[in-house]
Amino acid sequence: MLRPKREGNTELMIATSEKEGLYLSSFMELEKRLAAHSPSWLHEIRRAAMAGFAEKGFPTTRQEEWRNTNVAPIAAVPFQPAATPWERGHPARSGPGGMLVLEDELIERIGQLPLADLACPRLVFINGHFSKPLSALEALPKDVKVGSLAEALACDGETLERHLTRYATDYTEHAFVALNTAFIEDGAFIEIPKGVVLEKPIYLLYVSDASQLPTVSYPRNLVIAGRESQATIIEAYVWGGTGGTGKSAAANEGLYFTNAVSEVAVGEGAVIEYHRLQQESDRGFHFGRVQFHQERSSSVATHSIATGGALVREEVKAVLDGEGAEARLEGLYVITGRQHIDNQTTLDHAQPHCSSREVYKGVLDGESSAVFNGKIIVRKDAQKTDSKQSNKNLLLSEKAVIDTKPALEIYADDVKCTHGATIGQIDAEAVFYLRSRGIGRQEARDLLTYAFANDVLGRIKYEPLRERLSEGLSARLASGQRAEEA
Amino acid sequence: MLQIKNLQARAEGKDILRGINLEVGTGELHAIMGPNGSGKSTLAQVLAGQAVYEVTGGEVIYEGKDLLEMSPEERAREGIFLAFQYPVEIPGVSNTYFLRSALNAIRKHRGLPEYDAMDFLALLREKMKLLEMDETLMTRSVNEGFSGGEKKRNEIFQMAVLEPKLGILDETDSGLDIDALKIVANGVNALRSKDRSIIVVTHYQRLLNYIVPDFVHVLYEGRIVKSGSKELALELEEKGYGWLEESAA
Repeated sequence: MLRPKREGNTELMIATSEKEGLYLSSFMELEKRLAAHSPSWLHEIRRAAMAGFAEKGFPTTRQEEWRNTNVAPIAAVPFQPAATPWERGHPARSGPGGMLVLEDELIERIGQLPLADLACPRLVFINGHFSKPLSALEALPKDVKVGSLAEALACDGETLERHLTRYATDYTEHAFVALNTAFIEDGAFIEIPKGVVLEKPIYLLYVSDASQLPTVSYPRNLVIAGRESQATIIEAYVWGGTGGTGKSAAANEGLYFTNAVSEVAVGEGAVIEYHRLQQESDRGFHFGRVQFHQERSSSVATHSIATGGALVREEVKAVLDGEGAEARLEGLYVITGRQHIDNQTTLDHAQPHCSSREVYKGVLDGESSAVFNGKIIVRKDAQKTDSKQSNKNLLLSEKAVIDTKPALEIYADDVKCTHGATIGQIDAEAVFYLRSRGIGRQEARDLLTYAFANDVLGRIKYEPLRERLSEGLSARLASGQRAEEA
Repeated sequence: MLQIKNLQARAEGKDILRGINLEVGTGELHAIMGPNGSGKSTLAQVLAGQAVYEVTGGEVIYEGKDLLEMSPEERAREGIFLAFQYPVEIPGVSNTYFLRSALNAIRKHRGLPEYDAMDFLALLREKMKLLEMDETLMTRSVNEGFSGGEKKRNEIFQMAVLEPKLGILDETDSGLDIDALKIVANGVNALRSKDRSIIVVTHYQRLLNYIVPDFVHVLYEGRIVKSGSKELALELEEKGYGWLEESAA
């Protein structure tokens, strides 16, 4: 049982289990730390979110939405909120005058991350905290705001109050959105004014770095795309350490939890290409939500590419809240070993004449398991909705498991909705065709697997990213093979 | 080059090849004709190593080696090429990548240096002219979205690039309009040489107006029932396959 630290927290004193209690005490510490400079509206929302979490606790597999994903392993680890780099007390990190000095080693390591060298404006976050020295923001039109949410909270309070937490509104219901909301502190803030077309993508790199204790970080991102603006956003979640597993690794090496929520407000006629790359460590836990709110005639395309993590849940939700809006959700998950990934998507057609297209593909090897749950809601007034969904899975091993389920809720009567799911093995005809040209059996299988998966990457428009991901995919499939042979 | 002796094969419990005997010498072009279901395509696929068919008897000697002991890729690396009746679509693998992987696997097997991307592109361009191929087909996925004619042309194009010792063309003419047929035939004729043998499997005589065979064989109910010169093809065209049933009865 937790003791209230100060008067105001008594309503959070609901009898929570020890697991939830740890988050509650972390929250109280955060409250104390932010008390002086957190706006009151956000303070209220934080508290409501924490109360929601305290009341409901972590979800269990008895709940329909979590039936195939057991989050007990996340609840079982006593995660501590990741310290800001300058709180760690590492002498190398604090230079004269309290200035943050990053270790050369860290800079070098980040420079070697597979996606670190994309030549576009970028924000880098270490364990959820913005790192100015690692970020690069030249070459942006001057009226475009790109920076840390922590800074924005200090100087763009009004804009934030209008948008932050206004789209991912289930923060009293959904345990992980609740936690992320309760712990809102830093992340990316991007505001693109009306009519501005960004030539280069904005790259948001979230690095989980090694630390002594298992840590949790709560990146919170807000993107506001003004009317008829156009932008490409890349979120990447990576492990910055030297390895997630291995006998010599420290006990907690690679054991961390990223809980990231992004809200994207897409104005009338705006066009957004959104990428979400998840390459956490082998032992890492990851929850991610990207929540879009789309106005009239806006267009959103998402590319969610996931290869990392031990236990992962990724949610992409879009509300098509204006006539003629369109959304295209694409996803690829390539997993092996005992990895588990749960993809949940919701396309909420709230207005007439909107269209959505969804393609998620999975490649499962080893004893990995995946869930795909694609919900399409067509509201009563959303006539002429045109929606297509497909989920295709390639199982490379007999022990891999996929649960795939479409969920259609249709309340309008003049709509076109189709969905389909496939689960299969590698096409024997195609293997024979390749072998008949001299390509070896295993190489043929690898090539077909690559092709199946690379199809999703092929629709990424930003070429350097597409190429980088294709190379990574190819290497990953080849290394999976080596592991199998060993 | 190739000796087929009393070859028997079955699929799904049904005997399809019932004792094929055929000898193909180096540099020769043989046409195998026959009605639907006679076993023509099965023969072609068995020679390429399609595991769907179970070889139940007989032997195939290719350049002095037991062909039936080899995996499909070994056969390809040893110089056998099958132009498929129904080429397989492989979404996501570009024609160029596919062909370079294939050619390099074959060259590696023969102890030859592998092609790099630039040299290979030059080779492709040269061979593309032969088959009047559109260059855009090279960056597209293997056979994906190709018309029937483009797929067949792509098969012969692959043969031109891989330069096999023995090419087996399985109904490459079916579904082609006359212009495409001529292009394909020109490609095949350009590949004829004293070192290369070709087996053309076809239902129709039409192709043989453009690719003139040295020998023609008639396959019926899993056996070669008649062999002869190119005139045999004309005779078949005139009489159809009906007489086979009568003579078999």
